[in-house]
Amino acid sequence: MTVTELVSYEDALASYDPVMGLEVHVELGTRTKMFCGCSTGLGADANSQTCPTCLGLPGSLPVVNATGVESAIRIGLALNCDIAEWCRFARKNYFYPDMPKNFQTSQYDEPIAYDGYLDVQLEDGEVFRVAIERAHMEEDTGKSTHVGGATGRIQGASHSLLDYNRAGIPLIEIVTRPITGAGARAPEVAKAYVAELRELIKALGVSEARMEMGQMRCDVNLSLRPHGREKFGTRSETKNVNSLRSVERAARFEIQRHAAVLDGGGTIVQETRHFHEEDGSTTSGRVKEEAEDYRYFPEPDLVPVAPSREWVEELRAALPELPRLRRNRLREEWGISPFEMQSVLNAGAVGLIVATTDAGAPADQARKWWMGELARRANEHGTELADLPITPEQVARLCALVAEGSLNDKLARQAIEGVLAGEGGPDDVVAKRGLKVVSDEGALGAAVDAAIAENAPIADKIRGGKVAAAGALVGAVMKSTRGQADAARVRELILERLGVEG
Amino acid sequence: MSDLTRLTAAETATGIASGAFSAVEVTEAHLARIEAVDEKVHAFLHVDREGALAAARAVDAKRERGERLGPLAGVPLALKDIFTTEGMPTTAGSKILEGWVPPYDATVTRRLREADVVILGKTNMDEFAMGSSTENSAYGPTGNPWDLTRIPGGSGGGSSASLASFQAPLAIGTDTGGSIRQPAAVTGTVGVKPTYGGVSRYGMVAFSSSLDQAGPCARTVLDAALLHSVIAGHDPMDSTSVDQPVPDVVAAAREGDVRGMRVGVVKEFRGEGYQSGVMQRFDESVALLRELGAEVVEVSCPSFTKALAAYYLIAPSECSSNLARFDAMRYGMRIGDDGTRSAEDVTAITREAGFGDEVKRRVMLGTYALSSGYYDAYYGSAQKVRTLITRDFARAFESVDVLVSPTTPTTAFPIGERADDPMAMYLADLCTIPSNLAGNAAMSLPSGLSPEDGLPVGLQIIAPAMADDRLYRVGAAVEAALQARWGHPLIEEAPSL
Repeated sequence: MTVTELVSYEDALASYDPVMGLEVHVELGTRTKMFCGCSTGLGADANSQTCPTCLGLPGSLPVVNATGVESAIRIGLALNCDIAEWCRFARKNYFYPDMPKNFQTSQYDEPIAYDGYLDVQLEDGEVFRVAIERAHMEEDTGKSTHVGGATGRIQGASHSLLDYNRAGIPLIEIVTRPITGAGARAPEVAKAYVAELRELIKALGVSEARMEMGQMRCDVNLSLRPHGREKFGTRSETKNVNSLRSVERAARFEIQRHAAVLDGGGTIVQETRHFHEEDGSTTSGRVKEEAEDYRYFPEPDLVPVAPSREWVEELRAALPELPRLRRNRLREEWGISPFEMQSVLNAGAVGLIVATTDAGAPADQARKWWMGELARRANEHGTELADLPITPEQVARLCALVAEGSLNDKLARQAIEGVLAGEGGPDDVVAKRGLKVVSDEGALGAAVDAAIAENAPIADKIRGGKVAAAGALVGAVMKSTRGQADAARVRELILERLGVEG
Repeated sequence: MSDLTRLTAAETATGIASGAFSAVEVTEAHLARIEAVDEKVHAFLHVDREGALAAARAVDAKRERGERLGPLAGVPLALKDIFTTEGMPTTAGSKILEGWVPPYDATVTRRLREADVVILGKTNMDEFAMGSSTENSAYGPTGNPWDLTRIPGGSGGGSSASLASFQAPLAIGTDTGGSIRQPAAVTGTVGVKPTYGGVSRYGMVAFSSSLDQAGPCARTVLDAALLHSVIAGHDPMDSTSVDQPVPDVVAAAREGDVRGMRVGVVKEFRGEGYQSGVMQRFDESVALLRELGAEVVEVSCPSFTKALAAYYLIAPSECSSNLARFDAMRYGMRIGDDGTRSAEDVTAITREAGFGDEVKRRVMLGTYALSSGYYDAYYGSAQKVRTLITRDFARAFESVDVLVSPTTPTTAFPIGERADDPMAMYLADLCTIPSNLAGNAAMSLPSGLSPEDGLPVGLQIIAPAMADDRLYRVGAAVEAALQARWGHPLIEEAPSL
């Protein structure tokens, strides 16, 4: 791998203005493929989910998946697009072994959705409008596995294996117009756009949009132009950038690389580039010596798609609240800062907190547990918050037990540990582990007396007016009661015994 | 009973149903006929003796159990080798598919099996249905039973020759620019291209998707109608299939009456290039229609003169894309895979060796016509011509019920005569192509022998889309009148081989 010269990000931005185009492919979560009845389930044996149509056998024909069209329209509507009254599929012709027909059934100059926008919110709350050129329907290709090479790439491989289970899975390709005016914030905008789009797709329920599973894939096209120039520079196309962080890193790297090339008097070649997760760099893939000619023409095996206006309006009326608006509403309801909201979002906790409040917990308590103890646990186990074996209802129950004074925070944490360990619900764990706050005044009084006796110097300080020192005695009592006391009541008792006003 | 092969399909079905003879006897008679003459004719690429006999036995068993039999139960059929057949080879006349046994049945195949039609085997054809003579088959040419040194038409020459040589009473063809009708015309048989979308294309190896249409081939108009009604009808597996009831073609064929109908003679289909004997028979047919009570008028369809040019842009364009799948990766021929070559090279070497010249010519033409910068001038313009042709038909059908023309400008030409002259070959489809471009229905039926060479001439009848029944109504009337004049069906004048 050649070492790429870079200029510093600040220097690059001092001279140039980045222009980005983002192309995102989303695999729809339909039960069957786009043009046949094969299952789209993941993890099946290679080539077990295929039929004459998705294998492109001679004589086979496609039939459009109506749910795929519906999903495309809903995505288009959520992106504020116009929905075509009449549009066709087109064949994109090129040879590649993982494409069974050697053409991809896609859409060309008649996309189902066009001319929209998506407002994305950056971490400081600034809203940036990204214009959407089009969203169109197409089918995924099969998957090639190159065997025997050093890097899993085709170069140097001894042979390749083909799995057509993915061939024909519905894809929606969403293409932005050139994103200008983002300046130094371009990489951040790119990341925020993809993040927002992912939230939107999930809210619509049309795909799980899990980037690590390839259900959502992003190509980052980037060019630089000197400040003040209208004309765009030559772009590079970084393919398959498959995490939010990578989108940001790839854009940043390309800005620095382009700037280095341009500063050195060189020219950018229009080419495909590969992104490397390890170091955030990109390397050259295929150079496009001449523009590829896909010889598009209308797909004669399919009839045009003509969604009625009534249906489109029905779909529009049934759209869920859009993620950004929902987040802003929740943020106000919860009374937290944009920054705090961003953390909640990053942790994937918005839905969990909402479900917990729906189950009766106050929002601040719900947020405290999900973003505190539970986030820590998830991090320890290396899992997503949503994958922890505890339900929002159980968290709501814990909040209730704390609120009624049956548990204190420390005991609640032990209860969580029990739930996560599979010991049952919060009440089961509390009962089995005996996690009740000690509220027997007699027993508590004895523990307080013992603590005062054992810590006479501290007790004297408190008597002398240093109320703050009471904490040490509270700690001693909590320790002797193994945490099962109400700390506030313990403090009251200590001050009472020592004759000091709290 | 040695003359079971001389019966019509309708007679055969009646005989089996009544117990006059068994389906097995009928099948054995045809298998014996194939055995006796097909070495000379070469209509079949594959004969499925065991499968045919098993299907025939199943029909006889049904009858013995007292089950009701369908209208074509036990009748043998020759299937063009372009339809997938589970467990039986399907080559589309190409080396690139040699040895491929499809894992699924085409909808047409399935419907034939469900109707208890006995599939004898698969018939020869121009490679991927590209041609008008069957000379482009990778497996050698087929002879015309009227004169074995002449072409049986194409692309469906195997199907038409099997009928004319009494190897089968029924056959299936496909018609992209005339591949059912032109072979029917030059072999003295009946062939129908139904309305586009009338018969499912699922499982039919695609040549040009927007033009390809499967249809029935037979020796009589009624037999064609019976077969038509078995294979036609909506198929959810084919998005371009018409979701409407099939016109009652069998009733129309039984009625056969042109009284009160208005018949249009297409002015543009005569003149230079039309054999005089062909025009003589055509003019007689027009006169006959008048005698039978039809009102005949001349109509002009000016855009038809541009049909051939438009066709040779649209069909190659679609075929260049449809044939891209033959890449040596998943099925069919693979050569050059010696462990040192890339997949791209193996694909290129296999396509070079596996496709014939005509296929390569059309793939190149189509690739060029679709290229960026040329698309509008070629594919785009051709689509506009297509619209104009459709309008010409629509205007004509405002004043007439059907149109008539010669099916093909000449009778069967000698094998080899036009092999090196693609343009001369393409002219064979001059009169048939407009109906493919417009998607309407058309039939060819025998109108006599051309006086100068004694070879069959075809009369083409053209009806509006989804009015396929009119073809049979007019065709049956003409057929009955002509046979009354000749004293016997024309096919009986064919050499017995």
